Amino acid sequence: MKPAPFAYAKARSVAHAIELLATDDARLLAGGQSLIATLNMRLSQPALLVDINRISGLDRIVLKNGDVEIGALVRHAQAERSAEIAQAAPLIALALPHIGHPAIRNRGTVGGSLAFADPAAELPACVVALGGEIEIVGPNGQRTINAEEFFKGLFETALTPRDMLTAIRVPAASAGSRVGFAEFARRQGDYAMVGLAACAQADGKRLKDVRLAYFGLGATPVRARKAETALVDGDVEGGVSALANDLEPSNDMHASSEVKAHLAGVLLRRVARQLGRAPS
Amino acid sequence: MTERFHDIAVTVNGEEVRERVDARKTLVDFLREDLALTGSHVGCEHGVCGACSVRVDGVVLRGCLMLAVQCDGARVDTIEGVADAEEITDLQQAFVARNALQCGYCTPGMLLTAQELLAGGGVPTREQIRAYLSGNYCRCTGYQAIIDAVEAVAQARAGVKS
Repeated sequence: MKPAPFAYAKARSVAHAIELLATDDARLLAGGQSLIATLNMRLSQPALLVDINRISGLDRIVLKNGDVEIGALVRHAQAERSAEIAQAAPLIALALPHIGHPAIRNRGTVGGSLAFADPAAELPACVVALGGEIEIVGPNGQRTINAEEFFKGLFETALTPRDMLTAIRVPAASAGSRVGFAEFARRQGDYAMVGLAACAQADGKRLKDVRLAYFGLGATPVRARKAETALVDGDVEGGVSALANDLEPSNDMHASSEVKAHLAGVLLRRVARQLGRAPS
Repeated sequence: MTERFHDIAVTVNGEEVRERVDARKTLVDFLREDLALTGSHVGCEHGVCGACSVRVDGVVLRGCLMLAVQCDGARVDTIEGVADAEEITDLQQAFVARNALQCGYCTPGMLLTAQELLAGGGVPTREQIRAYLSGNYCRCTGYQAIIDAVEAVAQARAGVKS
């Protein structure tokens, strides 16, 4: 349980990180809360670790043009304390306390969580629910990808081994924004067996633009589109029934697909109640 | 510089330390093997158990999920330093008084994590204490006595009678 040998370099800037990533078998090191565990277990054996922790300017949370932009190196704990996140990205604020444990949140980064793309992780689902965007820099410059196109498969994203995720952007919440978040985990801080991140807009006493992103059910966050339509119609139980069409839960070590399908319905009822309430 | 070995300068428990480290060495192994600070324990080595908790630049982290080479220029405080500074004497005494440890393997991590929670001020509820300590595993006492001890210190520090 010790890492295999590797070389290490501190990137001074994003451009320098991209330059270092040209080395074969190089990996970016951000918070390291997943990567270093895999190194310790020798599940990954890179030739070079490119440490991006000292790159300045990537740890900012800014509101601009109606969006909240969260730099890749923002730590979960920093986001948890952020007034901007609480105000303008309340869905992310609800999800953050569920991520790992305090010591993990002190070190783990928002960018790292997205780039690692664990299927049971909270933030990827939040960014999909919010219709966010991912900023990427690679050898050919900068590009922006929609969250739903970013997550390709199990631990697989639109990032190539030569790319770096530099920021995520989600639309800032308005007075009519409604959000909901719930998950089942065996213990506080464990990866979720099933979770649900949701947002909507209040439309009088009803909801519109409902977006539901389940996690822990498949290879990537999954939208439940028929259930979204049912919630717009105010039909929560119809939404629960619609999940049978929307979701194909896979078995994992924690729960069978039947258990997960049942829990997905329980979460939908809970989250629907949250979506019905104005933020306090 | 894309080398395997690097020179680092770290302030450990207030003393500057200069060492040459292999990039693959984790912070907790560096503390234990190179500096003989064996109060930080090695448990699961993948970030689950919390036995390796140390403070880096003022926040409690997993010593197994940070590399020593990343600590160049950082301030690292271990259970030895925090205990010697008498920052957690009341917590240590409460752990003894309530039998909040048996084998003691998890205790350094429990103390550092509890101290981080209490340093935030106020008297946390038992639920909040449980949630904050959720990443620190104890395999012998169960958690009841640990929560009791942390709660008692929180109340004592806030001047609340328990």
